[in-house]
Amino acid sequence: MLANAWIIALLPLLAFVIIVFFTNRNKKVSSAVSIGAICSSFVLSLIVIASVLKNPVAREFEFTWIDLLGFKIKMGLLIDPLTAVMLFVVCTVSMLVHIYSVGYMEGDPRFSRFFSFLSLFSFSMLGLVLANNFLEIFVFWELVGLTSYLLIGFWFEKKVASDAGKKAFITTRTGDLGFIVGILILTTAAGTFNFRELFHSVEAGHIPFGLLTAGAIFIFAGAVGKSAQFPLHVWLPDAMEGPTPVSALIHAATMVAAGVYLVARTMTIYLAAENAALVVAIIGCFTAFLAASIALVQNDIKRVLAYSTISQLGYMIMVLGLGGFTAGTFHLYTHAFFKALLFLGAGSVIHAVHTNDIWEMGGLYRKMKITATTFIIASLSISGIFPLSGFWSKDEILAVASHFHNPIFLIVATLVAGMTAFYMFRLCFVTFFGKPRDQERFDHAHESPKVMTVPLMVLAFLAVVAGWVGIPWLKHGYSSFVYHHEPHHVEPNFILMIVSTVVALSGIYLAYAMYYKKSISPEKLKAKFGFIYKVLYNKWYFDELYQATIINPLMKLSQFLFARLDVGVVDWLVNGVGNFTVFLSDVKEWFDSHIVDGTVNGLASVTRGMGSGLRRIQTGQLQNYAFVIFFGLVLIILFKLS
Amino acid sequence: MVGLSHYLTLSAILFGIGIFGVLTRRNAIGILMSIELMFNAVNINFVAFSKFVTPSEFVGQIFAIFVITIAAAEATVGLAIVLLIYRNFKGINVDNVNIMKW
Repeated sequence: MLANAWIIALLPLLAFVIIVFFTNRNKKVSSAVSIGAICSSFVLSLIVIASVLKNPVAREFEFTWIDLLGFKIKMGLLIDPLTAVMLFVVCTVSMLVHIYSVGYMEGDPRFSRFFSFLSLFSFSMLGLVLANNFLEIFVFWELVGLTSYLLIGFWFEKKVASDAGKKAFITTRTGDLGFIVGILILTTAAGTFNFRELFHSVEAGHIPFGLLTAGAIFIFAGAVGKSAQFPLHVWLPDAMEGPTPVSALIHAATMVAAGVYLVARTMTIYLAAENAALVVAIIGCFTAFLAASIALVQNDIKRVLAYSTISQLGYMIMVLGLGGFTAGTFHLYTHAFFKALLFLGAGSVIHAVHTNDIWEMGGLYRKMKITATTFIIASLSISGIFPLSGFWSKDEILAVASHFHNPIFLIVATLVAGMTAFYMFRLCFVTFFGKPRDQERFDHAHESPKVMTVPLMVLAFLAVVAGWVGIPWLKHGYSSFVYHHEPHHVEPNFILMIVSTVVALSGIYLAYAMYYKKSISPEKLKAKFGFIYKVLYNKWYFDELYQATIINPLMKLSQFLFARLDVGVVDWLVNGVGNFTVFLSDVKEWFDSHIVDGTVNGLASVTRGMGSGLRRIQTGQLQNYAFVIFFGLVLIILFKLS
Repeated sequence: MVGLSHYLTLSAILFGIGIFGVLTRRNAIGILMSIELMFNAVNINFVAFSKFVTPSEFVGQIFAIFVITIAAAEATVGLAIVLLIYRNFKGINVDNVNIMKW
């Protein structure tokens, strides 16, 4: 039965095809087809999860796709606990976002196209999760990148949106170059694309350590691009130009988590290649801090959430690098729900007030009770407040970090936890409390329709309870389910729990003091730490740095090559060939008009001349003819007689 | 004694006059008359050969009778043509009848 799990991925693809070819004109039918497909996938994925829960071993189904003279390239399914968790996350969030989009995208001229793209994305993401080998995962990896590009640039009339789409595509492609190099290194060394066969040869030590390290780092480059880690993190904040449901689904819960999933999936390699794992941990740790620090001062509600996403992804990457398979995937799982909820809540707010700037909002709690309540629940969850799901996963991360011999990871992770609590509650207080700053917008604000608030409430429920499966006292909880070797149990650490809660609460209190009670003036702080504020506000000047060091030189090089190579050589050659052809044609034209036409015309005029001479003897007078006949007869007779 | 050669000479002279008339007359009636002359030259030939070569049979004479009959019919057709020429060309001068060229 599990062999048919590919249907889960194929249903959304079917919906995409149906919408594109048949129901594109009819918005209602298109959205119904799309939602129907993802709901069916959700139900099927629940069946898969139930079956995996009953018997948590990895099962594989594959068939030969291409047979290259004995080298078989296969496609297949790998269904193990990690796949089951990812299926649940992707299907749940995707389904809720589909439903939410009906309300959010209402009245959009390209409503049907939006749903077809969502379906295509769901297909790609589910395929990515189910893939059992590197080649297959790479195909779906690129497909999610494509749909991400299409959806970021969905409102392509806005130049910023289409630019953001291009930026996302090109930036992630930079990482994917590393990914494909990594795949080539590892498959050349192991002779297979298949994950489990590869892992077996890694565990057996068949692959030289150097190759393994290089392969692991190159593979990680793909994850860096997709999960927006430093130094390729610049695309994700710009990707917020896409519609908000897209940000929630692709750029918060699922696609950006694909990088984390990739590292988790190839965990065996990182466990074997310690140096590569350390690189992973350091990059994740730095990204978590970098993004959290930028999120402190941004004013665009979606950008704050985007940086928060980068920061949380950094968390997961860091803990995976430290060997915390359970903690990393557990945080991926809980994060998907509360971050999707935050984005959808932000979308609901934007839908109501038509602005992204938090300083034009304020006091919205009174107008949008459901949105505000769910948003605050999600904020509490991401801040790691007991007993919400974020608390359990974040705590597990801190526990793993505390086991590492160098305390730097633990310190940074705790600091980032505090920063997270601060910037999330800065958003909450500024957006939902205080006096309305823009009376006109406030007056127009209204609670979103049910089709949007119900997904919010479902996600809020999940944001509270999803983490309970990983409560460390549970004997058969998340950690024993998902871990792919012997059950791994992190001892509950009360000191860490207390410390993290205190840090989170103090972050929240600081936000409360600064933005609600106003006992600490943000303006004074801004003036005092003017330089730091400027650096953070400008996102550490990464965009400017890349512009100056990479984009501009590339542009200059392109322009130079254009002027010298394209215009100077290629165009010259082409024009030369063209001119030579024109010359040849001229010669031939002369030959045609003078020699060929001359011959034909000459023949004609000779004939005409002869005719006009000879017609003189045709007088039309019978007597002349008779005379000629008679004279001829006489001549014949004379000739005969002589 | 009048022999075969006398007849043949007369016939040749008559035929020559007829040919000359046909080729040179400008009057259509004159041409018709010249043709009649040529017919009669032929008739004399027929009768003369019949008398001197096969005196017992009257083949030549019978042929001559036929020719005279046909000539009468020919004359009616010829005169009808001349009448039409007269109507269409306002006269019977054959120089004007040159529509058979080009």
